[in-house]
Amino acid sequence: MTAATITARQSFTVPIALTYTSRPKGELAFSFRNVAKQFGGKAVLQGINLDVHEGQFVAVIGKSGCGKSTLLRLLAGLDKPTSGELVHGSGTHDHKRTRIMFQEPRLLPWARVARNVEVGLTGIEKGDVARKKGLEILAEVGLDDRGGEWPSVLSGGQRQRVALARALVGHPSILALDEPLGALDALTRIEMQQLLERIWLAKKFTAVLVTHDVTEAVALADRVVVIDSGRIALDLDIPVERPRRHASPELAFFERQILDRLYNR
Amino acid sequence: MSRALHQFGRSALGWLLPAVLLAGWEGASRAGLIPANVLPAPSAVGEAFWKLLWSGELIENIRISTLRALSGFVIGGAIGFSLGLANGLSALSRELTDTTLQMIRNIPHLALIPLVILWFGIDEQAKLFLVALGVFFPIYVNTLLGIQGVDPQLVEMGRIYGMSRTELFLRVILPGALPSIFVGLRYALGIMWLTLIVAETISASSGLGYMAMQAREFLLIDVVVLSILIYALLGKLADSLARFLERISLQWHPAFQTV
Repeated sequence: MTAATITARQSFTVPIALTYTSRPKGELAFSFRNVAKQFGGKAVLQGINLDVHEGQFVAVIGKSGCGKSTLLRLLAGLDKPTSGELVHGSGTHDHKRTRIMFQEPRLLPWARVARNVEVGLTGIEKGDVARKKGLEILAEVGLDDRGGEWPSVLSGGQRQRVALARALVGHPSILALDEPLGALDALTRIEMQQLLERIWLAKKFTAVLVTHDVTEAVALADRVVVIDSGRIALDLDIPVERPRRHASPELAFFERQILDRLYNR
Repeated sequence: MSRALHQFGRSALGWLLPAVLLAGWEGASRAGLIPANVLPAPSAVGEAFWKLLWSGELIENIRISTLRALSGFVIGGAIGFSLGLANGLSALSRELTDTTLQMIRNIPHLALIPLVILWFGIDEQAKLFLVALGVFFPIYVNTLLGIQGVDPQLVEMGRIYGMSRTELFLRVILPGALPSIFVGLRYALGIMWLTLIVAETISASSGLGYMAMQAREFLLIDVVVLSILIYALLGKLADSLARFLERISLQWHPAFQTV
């Protein structure tokens, strides 16, 4: 028992990457090049340089008001940078293949669950094909029998799963997640994190998760980017094998490093 | 089975009070507590109803009044709905027309009766104009409110998913505005009857209001009371119809889910 603890401790000082098979980096998914964004003369983001490769899972964290959501809105094409440019890789020609998931599910209350998922296929598929794809993706998020329900009868976690299905049904190359689990209770949240990891491993899209929850960031991401007053303050790889176990000592190690940076300890 | 019976019992409950009132009224009339020249007994009103029904006079007057009410409703409703949509969707259109419309809205439309009689005489146009004007505002205001009240987060979601303007309107904006539009519809139906009755009482040569005024001239108080009861029934009918439409088109709304 004691021996095991000691080995575990040693693995902190010895680089953890020893047990980690780093995945080959794919092509560039998108790249922020010296991007700045101002709202009414106030700089929200400045000098952002960020290259993200296809299939990477990046978490962006920071205190509220640090500009992390703005970064995501730029990525999704909801806002335009004031200066600098955002380049999409060859696999992603435009914003069409970028989907964004918000803290609120934003489901249409007047459309049944399956119809809500089909919204994700607007301009891509129609009719029976859309219906079939919608039901398939609902099964993947574990809601195969709820397609005929109104959103109002679902729980918060289920609604967020419908929103995830809607975002994924069109096979996005980039999925931008704006604190999608922020409004869920702690247990549902862990469940959703595992679901998200499983689906990301299966579908191999590029994921950008904005969160204020450091535990969530290190549990899910390959790479954590800390933003502080509009600038990138830390860019840290999380070389931990998947599937990851919650509250494992390796994750705690990275979590501490990030928290130290956030609070300048 | 027992559920259906229960449902029936519930809807019958609303008719209990009118039935008790009628019975009390009949009793009081028979006992001589209410003089017949003040308020005739329900049985006397029933007799008048049969007489007018057999002569065909009643049906004809109801037909004419309903036709007037609905035509005015369609005209005023259509204009109100279109302007509500236009002003809800376009800031330019709103800035251009809303101030004017809000000024006109504050004039009681029945105050225009003298002017309307001078313009149109006592022809059909006069009644159509008044009903259309009365119906216009509740539909306009509530359509506009409904569209302005649509959750902007949903609209943004629709845009992100690449909905065209038409799709956005049909799938997000219109369904979102519908509950408020129905509120306007129900208000408008009430105003529709009110306006028509007033217009027909003042200037008409046919219709329910005219029938009531004629009866007053000849002191046929049972016919006057009958007209009033028919107004109540027609109003209730229009409201039930609106509620029925509301129930089928707002199934998604938690307030209308009967599970």
